[in-house]
Amino acid sequence: MDFQLMIDSIPQLLVGMWMTVKLVALALALGICLAVPLALGRVSKNPFLWMPVYSFIFVFRGTPLLVQIFIVYYGLGQFEAVRESIVWPFFKEAYWCAIFTFTLNTSAYTAEILRGAIQAVPHGEVEAARALGMPRLLMLRRIIVPRAFRLALPAYGNEIILMLKGSALASTITLLDLTGIARVIVARTFAPYELFIMAAIMYLVLTLLIVRALKYAEWRLSPHLRPPPISDQ
Amino acid sequence: MELHGYGPLLLDGAWLTIRVAFASVALGLVFGLIGATAKLSNNSVARGAATAYTAIIRGIPELLLLLIVFYGGSLLVQQIWQGLGGESYVEIKPFVAGTFTLAFVFGAYATEVFRGAILSVPRGQIEAAYAMGMGRFTMFHRVMLPQVWRFALPGLGNLWLVLLKDTSLISVVNLNELMYNSRAAAGATREPFTFFVAAAIIYLGFTIVSMVVLQYSERRARRGVRQS
Repeated sequence: MDFQLMIDSIPQLLVGMWMTVKLVALALALGICLAVPLALGRVSKNPFLWMPVYSFIFVFRGTPLLVQIFIVYYGLGQFEAVRESIVWPFFKEAYWCAIFTFTLNTSAYTAEILRGAIQAVPHGEVEAARALGMPRLLMLRRIIVPRAFRLALPAYGNEIILMLKGSALASTITLLDLTGIARVIVARTFAPYELFIMAAIMYLVLTLLIVRALKYAEWRLSPHLRPPPISDQ
Repeated sequence: MELHGYGPLLLDGAWLTIRVAFASVALGLVFGLIGATAKLSNNSVARGAATAYTAIIRGIPELLLLLIVFYGGSLLVQQIWQGLGGESYVEIKPFVAGTFTLAFVFGAYATEVFRGAILSVPRGQIEAAYAMGMGRFTMFHRVMLPQVWRFALPGLGNLWLVLLKDTSLISVVNLNELMYNSRAAAGATREPFTFFVAAAIIYLGFTIVSMVVLQYSERRARRGVRQS
């Protein structure tokens, strides 16, 4: 094992790590914005609403992310109409294709997590809100959505980590994320152990940071579950 | 959908996808059972090793793990081969590297599933089995197994669905499974959209069939349990 090479590669790998962080953060932020309306559509009783949403979720959860990213990056260019439309500058870039695919993918998973959480909101709280005369939208905003977010947090934490791991697929469409940079350096130096293990350590550090942040978020969001502070008297 | 005669190529790939998925799940179940046994054992070294295994595998991307197993594994085999006096270039097969990678991943998650399932069997039942004079083996296969199976099945089913989709990653190290073949067809016909969508439809079909089978087995595993 060439430790010198491992240490020398750190600056380059950090550049890739920054790309990974950008991809994941942007996709997650956009994904959750999309997931909230999707989840609400999913629990709706109107078949014109829940059926298309359900199909969207089913297709994105039932096919590999690699296929999805290839359809967007390589596939869309097959059509003349796409190549000549105003969205082409956007879909020409591997970066935006990755963001686009990751966003749709994570929103499908997140919507399903939120659906479970919405349905787990205790019925009594909904009834209480109705009894107080809250209109539907206010009840959604004040009771159901905040409650569902707290209930969804552990499962959403897993989704964040899955997204981080999935982002490695960006390297298959020429992007230089953490995995991508490691692959480039391996092709040049042929030192697979050193580079891939170094990249793996960096992913582990990111995972660890995410897990820590989630623990803190869970603690912050559940003051009612903490033991009461010990008083002085 | 016009496939320009590449349909059989896709089906060939799909068949290899199925084979690699079954090979991985078989090996992965073994890893999962070993992991769960180690996590529940009294031996602190075994517990530590199992915890490290699950934490590391679950924290790094499957694609990176595959690259480590494939390139790192090839280099390792090569060095051993040369150490033994061999001269030619050796490389491990993508099928083997892919199977081991997916099995490692499946095993890491299955460890937790099995651990939870084993802990869900009430202790009193185990004591009762021993009190009735059952041996260790009879107790395991009459009392533990049917219940562990029932508790673990939903979790294992989800892992299977994940594994099925992860097989597509092995195309990156040139295993000619479904994804690799659809790339080949896309390149030859210059119609990437058509072939990647065709691949997506096949994967979706696999998912649907799996879900039906899983639902049936879960219902079967639950028979005899009173439902509320």
